[in-house]
Amino acid sequence: MQSEKKRDTMLQTEDNRSTNQVKKETSNVYKVDKLNLWYGKDQALKDITLDIPEKTVTAIIGPSGCGKSTFIKTLNRLTEMVPIVKTSGEVYYRDNNIFNKKFSVEKLRTKVGMVFQKPNPFPKSIYENVVYGPRIHGIKDKKVLDEIVERSLKDAALWDEVKDRLKENAFGLSGGQQQRLCIARCLAIEPDVLLMDEPTSALDPISTLKIEELVQELKKKYSIIIVTHNMQQAGRISDRTAFFLNGEVVEYDDTSNIFSSPQDQRTEDYVSGRFG
Amino acid sequence: MALPEQDAATVADYPEVEDNSNEKKRQLKNKIFKGIFFGAVLFSLLMLLILLVRIFTQGIGFLNWEFMTSFASRNADEAGIQAAIVGTFWMMVVTAPVAFVLGVGTAVYLEEYAPTNKFTALIQMNISNLAGVPSIVFGLLGLTIFVRELSMGRSVLAGGLTMALLILPIIVVASQEAIRSVPSEMREASFGMGATKWQTMFRIIFPAALPGILTGNILALSRAIGETAPLIMIGALTYIAFLPDNVFSQFTVMPIQIFNWTSRPQEEFHFIAAAGIIVLLAMLLLMNSIAVWIRNKFQQRF
Ligand SMILES: Nc1ncnc2c1ncn2[C@@H]1O[C@H](COP(=O)(O)OP(=O)(O)OP(=O)(O)O)[C@@H](O)[C@H]1O
Ligand SMILES: [Mg+2]
Repeated sequence: MQSEKKRDTMLQTEDNRSTNQVKKETSNVYKVDKLNLWYGKDQALKDITLDIPEKTVTAIIGPSGCGKSTFIKTLNRLTEMVPIVKTSGEVYYRDNNIFNKKFSVEKLRTKVGMVFQKPNPFPKSIYENVVYGPRIHGIKDKKVLDEIVERSLKDAALWDEVKDRLKENAFGLSGGQQQRLCIARCLAIEPDVLLMDEPTSALDPISTLKIEELVQELKKKYSIIIVTHNMQQAGRISDRTAFFLNGEVVEYDDTSNIFSSPQDQRTEDYVSGRFG
Repeated sequence: MALPEQDAATVADYPEVEDNSNEKKRQLKNKIFKGIFFGAVLFSLLMLLILLVRIFTQGIGFLNWEFMTSFASRNADEAGIQAAIVGTFWMMVVTAPVAFVLGVGTAVYLEEYAPTNKFTALIQMNISNLAGVPSIVFGLLGLTIFVRELSMGRSVLAGGLTMALLILPIIVVASQEAIRSVPSEMREASFGMGATKWQTMFRIIFPAALPGILTGNILALSRAIGETAPLIMIGALTYIAFLPDNVFSQFTVMPIQIFNWTSRPQEEFHFIAAAGIIVLLAMLLLMNSIAVWIRNKFQQRF
């Protein structure tokens, strides 16, 4: 509780310093209101309405192609990289309408980090990967950067494995290490939210376990939204779970409810493995 | 120890394939085509070998330091290729930076900034078509625009700019391919951290694409070094008894000098031409090796 308060005041002072202020009144990081999204003529998201609470792990589950990736990429507006995408409805990040022109997309993505399905470190050294974010946001001081590297790698539970080879190319790391490096790279800019799109699907069980433990640790400081195909994983690590089907949210509730007493027949079928 | 047993089981699972006539026919067909393709390779290699042997036997005797450091001359014994070598270098001084900046700039714009519409598609199509335009047409363009309209005369500048235009489409296409080969995950990762388009371009995409871009540029330049027609068109000289010392100097280049020697009736000049070709080939080989080296050494495997 205490650490949470400290973090809040930290955020507040940080926000007051920046010109593009992030309002912070509710305890929801995201409020999604009637979000629709089309790839050309194909509708991928239909009337999605849900609130995502802060400092919790929210899992998004659902069969392949139901729009999970599309949904979380909308939360940091990465879907806009696809030219044919059209959206309607509202998404509020801490009471800022993310589609509003006045709220810059760079600002949003600074607050909302993303970890992808396939580990995607840059073809640079481990050190350069971690300082990429701070650098593009204007931090040049070598000492500050060094501190950020150590803190981020420690937070991502990777420091001990790589502290002697920071100058080596990140491609030399194992898949699991690369994924933790990508997490460290996100943490380096001290985001508020972490979006994770199937972060463990390309990893072996041990790396998966490490990342799951990490998520538990990180949720003390960050709000985490994680897409997963793995029902057990959702059950193990998440507090809230949203079940997506064909672009719609079928059910969104506390994870324990979703798995023990789902309200919708389709949810029950899916979580019990009867289709998917 | 359990392995042999397992093997036996697997073999038993698959009954032996009947060695019927259809199978034999397919094998035969396979052999015939293999033979045809090998023949094609052999033929080209043979031609290349004949050409090389001829050039070397004719030219090697004339290839010496004096040849490299003398000017052209009416007298075959005294003729040398120095002015042409230096002229070629001077032309590269103009062509390389102009073609690089324009070509890579165009590629970056088309890949990263241009909206996807009919106009962009039209530009894209025309660039591909330009690569197929005969070089003499570029010569005509250079003559009209650089030599006459902009009154640059028959200078290194006019020649270099003409060559830059000639190889521009090759550079654009090669650079586009290099940029496109940077996986979109890199873009997503960079944009996902709040980087602007320019930061993503400058810090991630461009460095990752650079080896490919450089390779394309060097290969394009080696094409420019071997080109003759456009420079004849704009009137680069064939006989020069001085070295160009700035971009407004008159000049000649190696292929023109070689062309000039081969078109003379005296046989000695043909031998000198062969010596010139050896120098030109050595230069091209060097440039291509550098391109391959860069590609192998720096190309990222994603
Ligand atoms: N770039 C795109 N262009 C066109 N359609 C797309 C694009 N990306 C996704 N789609 C479509 O949108 C729908 C949702 O895709 P999305 O990737 O969000 O599914 P997902 O739930 O993440 O699936 P998976 O579990 O396989 O990752 C699919 O029907 C897909 O074909
Ligand atoms: Mg997905």
